[in-house]
Amino acid sequence: MNIKPISSPHVSSSRRVDDIMKKVILALLPALGFGIFLFGWSALFLTMVTVLSALFFEAVCLKLKGGAMESYLRDGSAIVTGLLVAMTLPPYAPWWIGVVGSGLAIILGKHVYGGLGQNLFNPAMLARVALLISFPIEMTTWVNVSPFFTGLDILESFKITFSGAEISDAITGATTLGFVKTGFSQAQLLPDLLSDYSGFLAFIGWERGSLGETSTLLILLGGIWLMRQGIIQWFIPVSLLASISFLSTLFNLIDSTHYLSAWVHLNSGALMLVAFFIATDYVTSPNTPLGQLIFGTGCGVLIFVIRSWGGYPEGTGFAVLLMNSVTPLIDHYIRPRIYGRTRDGKPIEGG
Amino acid sequence: MFAFLENPKFRGGIHAEEHKAETCDKPIATNLPLPKKLYIPVQQHVGKPAEPIVKVGEHVLKGQLLAYSQGTISAPVHAPSSGVILDVQDFPAPHPSALPIRTIVIETDGQEKWFKYAIPEKPFELDPEEICLRVGGAGVVGLGGAVFPSAVKLNLGRKNQIHTLLINAGECEPYLTCDDLLMQERAVEIVSGIRLMLRGMNAPKAIVGIEDNKPNAFKAMQAASVEFEQISVVQVPTRYPMGWDRQMLRYLTGNEIPADGRATDIGVVIHNVATAYAVYQAVCLSKPLISRVVTVSGGAVSKPQNVEVPIGTLMSEVLAFCGVENEKLARLIMGGPMMGEVLPHADVPVVKASSGILALSHEDIFELEVKPCIRCSSCVTACPVGLLPLEMASRIKANKLDAAVDLGLKDCISCGSCSYVCPSNIPLVHYFKFASGELFSRQQREHKAEQTKRLAENRTHRMERIKAEAEEDARKVMEARAARQAAEAKAQEENA
Repeated sequence: MNIKPISSPHVSSSRRVDDIMKKVILALLPALGFGIFLFGWSALFLTMVTVLSALFFEAVCLKLKGGAMESYLRDGSAIVTGLLVAMTLPPYAPWWIGVVGSGLAIILGKHVYGGLGQNLFNPAMLARVALLISFPIEMTTWVNVSPFFTGLDILESFKITFSGAEISDAITGATTLGFVKTGFSQAQLLPDLLSDYSGFLAFIGWERGSLGETSTLLILLGGIWLMRQGIIQWFIPVSLLASISFLSTLFNLIDSTHYLSAWVHLNSGALMLVAFFIATDYVTSPNTPLGQLIFGTGCGVLIFVIRSWGGYPEGTGFAVLLMNSVTPLIDHYIRPRIYGRTRDGKPIEGG
Repeated sequence: MFAFLENPKFRGGIHAEEHKAETCDKPIATNLPLPKKLYIPVQQHVGKPAEPIVKVGEHVLKGQLLAYSQGTISAPVHAPSSGVILDVQDFPAPHPSALPIRTIVIETDGQEKWFKYAIPEKPFELDPEEICLRVGGAGVVGLGGAVFPSAVKLNLGRKNQIHTLLINAGECEPYLTCDDLLMQERAVEIVSGIRLMLRGMNAPKAIVGIEDNKPNAFKAMQAASVEFEQISVVQVPTRYPMGWDRQMLRYLTGNEIPADGRATDIGVVIHNVATAYAVYQAVCLSKPLISRVVTVSGGAVSKPQNVEVPIGTLMSEVLAFCGVENEKLARLIMGGPMMGEVLPHADVPVVKASSGILALSHEDIFELEVKPCIRCSSCVTACPVGLLPLEMASRIKANKLDAAVDLGLKDCISCGSCSYVCPSNIPLVHYFKFASGELFSRQQREHKAEQTKRLAENRTHRMERIKAEAEEDARKVMEARAARQAAEAKAQEENA
């Protein structure tokens, strides 16, 4: 099946799918490492369970599909999916959340569509949204910052991840977005709600949140590195971040008691991870620069709308899935101009 | 509105590993031993094949006409050396199929005795028509690979009042340095050729575009053209496919050729730099196109270099001259590695289109397993035309050729940039060539069906007409008989 016919060109670049995936993994590692450091052993256990189960489900699906398994397993795409799922989970989530998440991502998110490159929705976001709707308690239990040296020891962490030990209320709290949303529902207003908020700590990532989403700084660094490596292009991240910054600044200027500033938006929730690592997913985003700008802007607008007026404090997962669903439409209508033709495809006028 | 997303001068393209250093600073070798036999195909150009006028056993001189051009788009071929016509037979062509084509075989006599043509005293004062005639008569064709008869283009240029002659010296294909070396060593002759082309087309100015990875060629060309105001030599960035003529035109003038038109529609004619040299030889020296500079390179060649090769020399002899290591040879290619054709074996002749003979090693071609498309759109970014290679390939895979045409399949130039960058190693160009071939044969079939239908209809009409005529005849016979009978009856009556 996969025997390459002899046809020009007879040379090719050395860049391979495996290299792309390796670089994505490398770019994720700082933020992930920081998250594990921040939340201790449980975060490490959860990451391992999630990634290993992602690989397991990938292997099962490939086996069922038949054909060469090894080279596909080694391409790293399942590890990327597993890592992304893990990074969007609450750090103290039980092991089965990781397993179910990976299963949803790999089986429902990817292989039912036909495997790598065929899926309509971003697997990690599909898993995150499905988990959030199905297991709202487990998916919204946010623990305080508790690095290895101050937090739970390895045994306690093991019990939390693997045997359903109760997480003490004393070590949990709300994320910034969740706290503000609850506050609004109790008729509280903004400057007071954020009296304890530190923009700097949020930027560094020293705050409650999902396992690998808290550090704006490290995700940004990873993302910029990916751009410099030519793995992702700027169109989606920049349009996504610009559109949400524009809208939040606009509404913040109109009514600063009800609308968060752009800085809080940019440093909260999954926004950075989504902008650089999720929305830029090749398979589920448009393939032209203009299409990508539309896609990124759409994501940014939807995230702002859901965060500001929706029922959930965070809207990145829903926003990405919604934009994924219109990607084929964008790709159908937005095409590059062909040489010697107008945008409509008609030949240009001669001299 | 969204023009900012599009580079107005250059879109897409790739930076391939150049591999030009192996050959670009060695002089052109002119000491290739004269082969015992030369194989000259009568079709080495776009258009109708030439018609042989020599007989088996006849002795021919170097440069003598072997086969004359037929029709408006065609080119003659000449004897690359003196000798005896051994045969006019079918011989494998330098083509992936190696299908035999009509070929004139000469057994060389080693005398290298020239056929005497009159050499014009003042070539730069010849009439434009005369220049075109000489270029056509010398069998000059586009040497960049397209092998379109040059005289046809010159005539077209003269009739269309062009304002610029663009000389394409991009040579963007990796490995190839034949144009580079030609410019380094024979810049004065090339510039003379350009002046003759300008005169042949009544065109006011020429621009020579040279990729900036050929600084020596650039300097030589600049020095050679310094006294001719009408010729400007400019450097263009090294980026494949800069040598796609339409791309070079866009880069240098900012204009695009309409998708359904020719360069002459916007007042430009584009010729390859080696063609300019051939024009010089044809007009100033009355030498027909009987040899060309060929780059011989690749990982399996121990002495990579440029060689001046008589047309008709077997590639195996050229490769032997440059030291081919057969155990390393993975793929033999005529042309560059991006757009060149695979050859099944080297026992095929060098023709006018042979810019390069590449004996690539396994390391050169670096082949890996084909993986699924991950829609990374590297191919979209790389496409210099503005196509969506991944989408076209997925349509073709699903056998929806019309959908692929809607996406611009027919605008594809097969430059190979998409396949080159594809991280999944998908043979995109192969899909496009396959689809184009399918569309062509479908067209042929439809054409044939239409022909058959028309013939059948004609036959029906003819049969009806014959039947009607027969009936008419029968009726006339009947009438005549009736009239005769009536007349006889009347006569009998009268007699009675």
